[in-house]
Amino acid sequence: MDISIVSLLATLIVAATPILLAATGELIVEKSGVLNLGVEGMMIIGAICGFIAAVNTDSPLIGFIVAALAGAALSLLFAVLTQYLLANQVASGLALTLFGLGLSALLGHGYSGIKPPSSPKMEWFGMAELPVVGPIFFNHDMMVYFSIFLVLVVWLFLKFTRGGLILRAVGENHEAAHALGYKVIRIRILAIMFGGSCAGMGGAYLSLVRVPQWTEGMTAGAGWIALAIVVFASWKPWRLILGAYLFGGVTILQLNLQANGFDMPVSYLSMAPYLVTIVVLVIMSADRRRASLNAPASLGKIFHASS
Amino acid sequence: MKLLKTLMTGAALVVGLGGMAQAEDKTKVGFVYVGPVGDFGWSYEHNEGRKAVEEAFGDKVETMFVESVPEGADSERVMTQMALDGADLIFTTSFGYMDPTINVAKKFPNVKFEHATGYKQADNVSTYSARFYEGRSVIGHIAGHMTKSNTIGYIASFPIPEVIRGINAAYIAAKKVNPDVKLKIVWAYTWFDPAKEADAATALIEQGADIIMQHTDSPAAMTIAEEKGMYAFGQASDMKQFGPTARLSSIIDDWAPYYIARTQAVMDGTWESTSTWDGIKEGMVGIGDFSNDIPADVQASATALKEALISGATHSFTGPVNKQDGSSWLASGETADDGTLAGMNFYVEGIEGEVPN
Amino acid sequence: MIRLEPRTDPSQTMIILTPILAVLATMVVGGILFVTLGKNPFEAIRMIFWDPLFGEHAFYYRGQILVKAAPLIMIALGLSFGFRAGIWNIGAEGQFIMGAVMGGATGLALYPLDSFIVFPLMVVMGALGGFLWAMIPAFLKIRFNANEILVSLMLVYVAFNFLIGMVTGPLRNPDGFNFPESRSFQDFPAAHNPELWAGTGIHLGVLTTLGFVILAYIMITRHIFGFNVRLAGQAPRAAKFAGVSPNKMIAICLGLSGALAGMAGLFEVTGPAGKLTTTFPLGYGFTAIIVAFLGRLHPIGILLAGLLMAVTYVGGDIIQSQLSLPKASIQVFQGMLLFFLLAVDVLVNFRLRISKRISK
Repeated sequence: MDISIVSLLATLIVAATPILLAATGELIVEKSGVLNLGVEGMMIIGAICGFIAAVNTDSPLIGFIVAALAGAALSLLFAVLTQYLLANQVASGLALTLFGLGLSALLGHGYSGIKPPSSPKMEWFGMAELPVVGPIFFNHDMMVYFSIFLVLVVWLFLKFTRGGLILRAVGENHEAAHALGYKVIRIRILAIMFGGSCAGMGGAYLSLVRVPQWTEGMTAGAGWIALAIVVFASWKPWRLILGAYLFGGVTILQLNLQANGFDMPVSYLSMAPYLVTIVVLVIMSADRRRASLNAPASLGKIFHASS
Repeated sequence: MKLLKTLMTGAALVVGLGGMAQAEDKTKVGFVYVGPVGDFGWSYEHNEGRKAVEEAFGDKVETMFVESVPEGADSERVMTQMALDGADLIFTTSFGYMDPTINVAKKFPNVKFEHATGYKQADNVSTYSARFYEGRSVIGHIAGHMTKSNTIGYIASFPIPEVIRGINAAYIAAKKVNPDVKLKIVWAYTWFDPAKEADAATALIEQGADIIMQHTDSPAAMTIAEEKGMYAFGQASDMKQFGPTARLSSIIDDWAPYYIARTQAVMDGTWESTSTWDGIKEGMVGIGDFSNDIPADVQASATALKEALISGATHSFTGPVNKQDGSSWLASGETADDGTLAGMNFYVEGIEGEVPN
Repeated sequence: MIRLEPRTDPSQTMIILTPILAVLATMVVGGILFVTLGKNPFEAIRMIFWDPLFGEHAFYYRGQILVKAAPLIMIALGLSFGFRAGIWNIGAEGQFIMGAVMGGATGLALYPLDSFIVFPLMVVMGALGGFLWAMIPAFLKIRFNANEILVSLMLVYVAFNFLIGMVTGPLRNPDGFNFPESRSFQDFPAAHNPELWAGTGIHLGVLTTLGFVILAYIMITRHIFGFNVRLAGQAPRAAKFAGVSPNKMIAICLGLSGALAGMAGLFEVTGPAGKLTTTFPLGYGFTAIIVAFLGRLHPIGILLAGLLMAVTYVGGDIIQSQLSLPKASIQVFQGMLLFFLLAVDVLVNFRLRISKRISK
């Protein structure tokens, strides 16, 4: 088999970045006890808003910042509905996806067929020239490194900071957290907005780097994969990277094998990551002590201070 | 229950009459699209055809369209709605609209229907499609000359005759000018998924392809080729804006002449149910401008090939051609008949891999 | 400071008033949207809400509204029992697909057998397909305590890929030129679910759905099962003491919703959709979740919510072709409608109080 593992891994890292970004955001949201199924909608809003900003300012960086803001703004709709107006989270998230897909197409009218400014590769003091590790690790644009950095930050935040402890407490048992004087709703809204901005950046990575162009409906289900990755990772930040590379990798590997003339049962192969996710989930849940360390107990439950 | 049934039958009668109730002097033409008109591929070009109809007839026509219509019950409803709103002619532009078109046509015998790429006709249902494989021959010819790695990457959608025909035509033309040429094929199992198409293009380039052809709808592969300094061909629309240097040429679906002619036929009352399969000659398949990267002699030979396809001097499938397993398909000088082409489900000799099942 | 204060009992006035409020709000904001798109807002709103029901061609659209609403309502009914009991099946889309595949495959296997038994058998197999698919999360929840929200969601993707594998493989129409789709059920009368009265679109699935609405209404108001479901959702401990086994509840609720979703899938594929294709699932399973909540998990509410959703689909297509509006504008409009419906719902169980005390 003459598949270059090096270039395969390098491509895989790029392919996994949008879903890794979105999944990192969703992890924080779920850790706070909220299930936002609107990731797809927030991603595509980020994709178009980031694209518009980057094209008009000729700066990918501004594009990503605007994408984050746009994703956060859209997620605020979800936050108001679920946190203040106590609407069901599943239904609100689905409505958010529908709304985001439509709005992005309206905003993107007139932006098809435009080339975004290209995102420069990071300069690692010539390390990109190194054999093997060079192309895999040191030849990417800044967002790839940012996405991994973000995972690190989220891990540190959850594990070592007081804020992380509070966030987990809120997700674990909102009644108790409330009794301890924490502002459950405020914390959750911040978490939701963080999730929105991450999803927005993930979407922008699609439209600015990975594809790079704007087309209606271009996220094509990436947001749903991000949701799966959070579960696969059993709410552990580092495992997100593994999950994202696994999910992204299956597609890349499959396409590369095909290009090499191997016949692929494509649809059955595409199921595999989801089945693995279920298995992981089952293993995690079967041990009740371990499960309680990861899956937020209040996930998806509505909180009202006086109830 | 009986009352209900009576009511329903009454309603059904009115439906039947609905088609006749409309009598306006403007000719109304409806278009049903499977994707968004902003896809810059399949649906985009059909919508360009619609605009051409408006331009050609001005005040004499009124067009309407609905985009992103799912195949199935929704498409049937949209077609019925157009017929009820007085459409005289309805173009249904996706293979999956075949049965719905036939169903609705039965209910509105006075409305003319035109179904793209299907194989079911009726008294008021015509079918039409383009001989895209002729365009594939021309770009295959160019690719055969232009490839330095002798490897052409091909992003395919689904293993249907239309797509397999394109693969074979491109390969035969490329092989003719470059005996060492190889075709690497990736099946994306989608018509439209920009991220996946981009990944497929990347994978092909990594596997040594320096020219990308595609039979999917989005311009993502073109963008990737541009970024990686490879060549590619526009598909369905010209796609120049997505790859100013990467784009060598393109196969353009030009539905305008057909749409204008059929609208005219309805206006004149000469419309008949037909099965049209037009190519470069009739203008349904357009070849985009050649890039300056193509040497003058290749440009000349590609133009000559195009002219020969137009005049009928050459056919994209001219013998001797063997099937992949080595058995003889076309004898020397023999050309393929339309029946075989319409149901093509095998590769020609020299293509590696198998047609997926 | 405005704050929410729980009502002791749900407000009956608000139950009726809130949907009207939401639709009105959507009309206002949606009207502004249409103005910015350069269209006459009154015309657009009329075409969405009025024309499908009472316009010139309403005789046709009314039937189509039922066709569009039926699968949404059938799935939502099944889901509502679980949602009441606090069991969250959000994988109805997957169960819908598996019902269509399993029931459809049964029919295709019998092709071209011309027997009255074919269709009933397919319906049973469709329901069974959805039921079995839903039993996976049920089993994993009962045995391993795995979160059913996530398992059922993951299984949607598995089902979708399974469908693609089937229609590009074993279930592909042998006479269909390799197109990724099954034989058309229209060409196989014994397995076809045709419209019962020409021009109305109404098929067996629509009638079955109406039957289920009545059945569900009786169940939830008169039957001990309805009581147990509510008890399990509102007071799980009390339910336990009352002898309601939580595990049994999980199995019944998931199984029931799966069976209904599977049956809806079978009716859809043999009737309106006509054949199994890769594009056959349109997200009914997800939209039904919204319908269930908009209908406040009550059968009559679900019926009305499903019809409302269907009206916006049918009306949305009308304004697209009549006003040359992009599909996206309809999606935004529907999204807004859902937001408003979900938002005002809070008034049913809470009242707004203006108080000086700062709310937490």
